[in-house]
Amino acid sequence: MGGHTHEALRISGATKTYAAHSGVVHALQDVDMIVEAGEFISVVGPSGCGKTTLLWSIAGLHQLSGGRIHLGEDEIKQPHPSIGMMFQEANLLPWRTIEQNISLPSELRRIRPDRDRVEALLERVGLGGFGEKMPRELSGGMQQRASIVRALASNPDVLLMDEPFGALDAFTRDEMNKLVEEIWLEARKTVILITHSIAEAVFLSDKVYVMSARPGRISRVVDVPFERPRPLELMETREFFDLVNDIKSDIKHQVPPAGRTTSAR
Amino acid sequence: MTDMTHNSDLPTGGSGLASATGIVSGMGGQGAREIIAILAVAVLVIGGGEFLLRFFDVPQFILPAPSTIAAVFASPEITTISQHYGYTLFELFAGYAIGASIGLVLAAVITQFPFVEKVITPYILLLVTTPMLALVPLLILNFGFGYTPRVIAVALASGPMVMVNAATGFRRVDAGKIALARSYGASTLQIFTKIRIPMAMPMVIVGLMIGAIFGMITAVGAEMSGGGFGIGSRLTTYSSTLRMPEFFACILILAVTGIAIYAFFFWLGKKLAGWES
Repeated sequence: MGGHTHEALRISGATKTYAAHSGVVHALQDVDMIVEAGEFISVVGPSGCGKTTLLWSIAGLHQLSGGRIHLGEDEIKQPHPSIGMMFQEANLLPWRTIEQNISLPSELRRIRPDRDRVEALLERVGLGGFGEKMPRELSGGMQQRASIVRALASNPDVLLMDEPFGALDAFTRDEMNKLVEEIWLEARKTVILITHSIAEAVFLSDKVYVMSARPGRISRVVDVPFERPRPLELMETREFFDLVNDIKSDIKHQVPPAGRTTSAR
Repeated sequence: MTDMTHNSDLPTGGSGLASATGIVSGMGGQGAREIIAILAVAVLVIGGGEFLLRFFDVPQFILPAPSTIAAVFASPEITTISQHYGYTLFELFAGYAIGASIGLVLAAVITQFPFVEKVITPYILLLVTTPMLALVPLLILNFGFGYTPRVIAVALASGPMVMVNAATGFRRVDAGKIALARSYGASTLQIFTKIRIPMAMPMVIVGLMIGAIFGMITAVGAEMSGGGFGIGSRLTTYSSTLRMPEFFACILILAVTGIAIYAFFFWLGKKLAGWES
């Protein structure tokens, strides 16, 4: 990828409906999104706004009811080898060592793991020499670092992050955010982050997509103006605080969606 | 700015590492002090028993002294006993191999089909709770006094035990871990071998152990109901002829077999499912 930005991911008219007790739930309705290659975007919104559904659809883990998702030329209908995913919590398999966890993706795809790359990545996230350890021997933050390495080991073009740091304490979380930005600046992957923390979204992203619930759709796109690399102190500045609050109040205002509800039929 | 970022890169949370050593030492069997204490209790019980039985001159047919039981292992009778022990082991292995494999396969398959599982579970529970020994007279009527009724009884006793426990293991689905595997393009078979089986393993081993112990109990019990061979039939013979040292020697052999079964599965569990302690 050269200096030109070009689109990595195109989501057009993504719609997902579920049959529930109360009727049809519109988890996603006509979601359009274009993500440039190398862009870091976040999706925030109230619980049940469909942001996880959107991410899982991009991962090829959910089938859409309507609309399309394209990665370059390929339409996403099942998991794509160029898309890596990080899950809530570290989601390491407790019966495998860190190294065996990291080689799981290549094992499942029946390809040989790139040992040098894995070694370098472990070193990079501060886990050099921890390959033989079992997950339970590592702290939550270290486990999450290992899961970053697992997601990046196969060198995907797109990295999806599903609230990966929700279970970490605030200090470790800041540290992980800093690490993610550094790695992103080095590797320039296209990243889509789902998070409950608006501060985290603003800190990390080029663009923040705000979603509203029932039906789940994108209500606002915020360009984040701060220069990179961003120091953690940025979070204590007036501008940062104002932007976060602006987005927060936006989400609060849409909370009782009584007028627009399409469920409960 | 970059200096600062490198600081934040150091691994934090030493608590994870500290607890790791605790797990390792906790898993590592008994310490030397505990082993000595356990042996001391054994010496005390055996020596004390020997002394009391001799001091009060208890007749052998009520309770033989430990030394007379030990003497059986040096007597010619031990050849007969070991021969019969061999028959018992054969029944146990044959019946267990059949019962445990059917139980394991059934557990793995049935748990994938919740409806089938719901329909079959009451019948499996019926098999678990019914003492299979009660069926032995009927099995003998149908299959004669040879190995067949005993092997069937062992299979019927161990199979459902294995199945019920293994099914509990296979039912432990972790949606997150399955989604993880799927996101890397895992096939249904790969999800089974790489996620579901390892996750079920701790409960599978518990089931295998309980099944083996139930199998042994049933094998000996079936031998006591007729057929004239096997350790169980020796127990009947010795007790009816008041040969109590031989009787207790057989009991001792069975007890050691039970402990060996337990120790084997404990070792297997540590090897294959040590991650869950």
